[in-house]
Amino acid sequence: MIKNRSIVTIDDVGDDDLNEIFTAAEEMDKLIKSGKKISILESRIMCTLFYEPSTRTRLSFESAMHRLGGGVITMADVKTSSVSKGETLADTIRMADAYSDVIVIRHPLEGAARLASRFTSKPVINAGDGSGQHPTQTIMDLYTIRKELGKIRGLKVTLLGDLKYGRTVHSLILALSKYDAKIKLISPPSLRIPEYLLHRIGDKSSVEVLDTLEGNIADTDVLYVTRIQKERFTDPNEYQSLIGSYSVNNNVLESMKRNSIIMHPLPRVDEIAPEVDQDARAAYFRQAANGVPVRMAIISKVLGGI
Amino acid sequence: MTEDQTLKISKIKEGIVIDHIPAGKAIKVLSLLNVGEHSGHTVSLAMRVKSKKRGFKDVVKIENRNVAESELSVISLIAPEATVSYIENYNIKEKRMLSIPDQITGILKCPNQNCISNTKEPVQSSFRVLSREPLLARCEYCEREFRGNELLGKL
Repeated sequence: MIKNRSIVTIDDVGDDDLNEIFTAAEEMDKLIKSGKKISILESRIMCTLFYEPSTRTRLSFESAMHRLGGGVITMADVKTSSVSKGETLADTIRMADAYSDVIVIRHPLEGAARLASRFTSKPVINAGDGSGQHPTQTIMDLYTIRKELGKIRGLKVTLLGDLKYGRTVHSLILALSKYDAKIKLISPPSLRIPEYLLHRIGDKSSVEVLDTLEGNIADTDVLYVTRIQKERFTDPNEYQSLIGSYSVNNNVLESMKRNSIIMHPLPRVDEIAPEVDQDARAAYFRQAANGVPVRMAIISKVLGGI
Repeated sequence: MTEDQTLKISKIKEGIVIDHIPAGKAIKVLSLLNVGEHSGHTVSLAMRVKSKKRGFKDVVKIENRNVAESELSVISLIAPEATVSYIENYNIKEKRMLSIPDQITGILKCPNQNCISNTKEPVQSSFRVLSREPLLARCEYCEREFRGNELLGKL
């Protein structure tokens, strides 16, 4: 049960919790579409602390809390807050603890959400820590796969792109390994998945590490594409040398199954050509739209609203 | 130690004897215990002494010095099979076998430069030991797993 518990990594969410969240997200989706007033979390307050830029995650978390009837307080800009005066994250969290019921944090350093969870009795939800994890994105991704293809277990999933720095894939690969997925990891050699993650998957799932898309996606059910994480590179020349090293276009689509899907956590740069958007298999905008009902379900479960 | 070896280092009246240190690591052990030129302790050190178990080993004896529990944890990381004998009036009062603890807290720096535990936050580094031989531990904050050489590099 995730009631009153922090979600820092995907391991904090058990299999039963995931199924409950999926069911609740379907209910939330219906409630949103019904246009009825929702008061599940009336008088509850969520504090969002975003130390890194975010569009979809922040908006969908805040939208989710408003839809549930709760309130949102936020640190508008790190530059205008006490953080710029040298306040530690621990002290900021102590304040957020006093002002809210649940804390959502995105931070450029790995382990920030775990640290935050140790300085508050309120649940902390990790909305991305450096190149660490992004567990609510993973729950949303699993929900999307389930909704689009009817199941998750045993699917052939190909993850393409920056697997070294892309935190969404770090959480996702750990989750997929619990569903007996057959995973292919395709990336430029310098952006391969970190060894420690492969070690954690162990023999829980079949994993192939590959360098090229060509000839490797004919039987794929889900092609999950990520952008090169420019902000994580210390050497700009290294980033420049990798731009355009992979791209999904209509030629790639032709080699994929009719009943497969293409996902992307967004924002995209040039790794998926706009021509792909017209194809029914392009699921990334539907995936982004799932962010609100899924996060409504997660916040409600954590705060014990349902 | 055998009779032949005791001739090399004489018995001490009060203090500690750290035996079964991997050959060549004795100086490192002394440095971790901050025992040196200015510490005021008399130290006897034997390097590359023949050992039945490991072929060769190092031994150190530090007079009028005790070791705290936290220091035993540090020593265990570089000398996991070491023994520490507490000597009183030439006799062994207590002998401890070292072993790497389940949790290593406040001793090692996380090798991940981007880990929050390396900042000014009021927390100590903390690693959960996943394997002792070979050493493999996971940072409690960034969740990265590190091998012994990565963890002990800056020790």
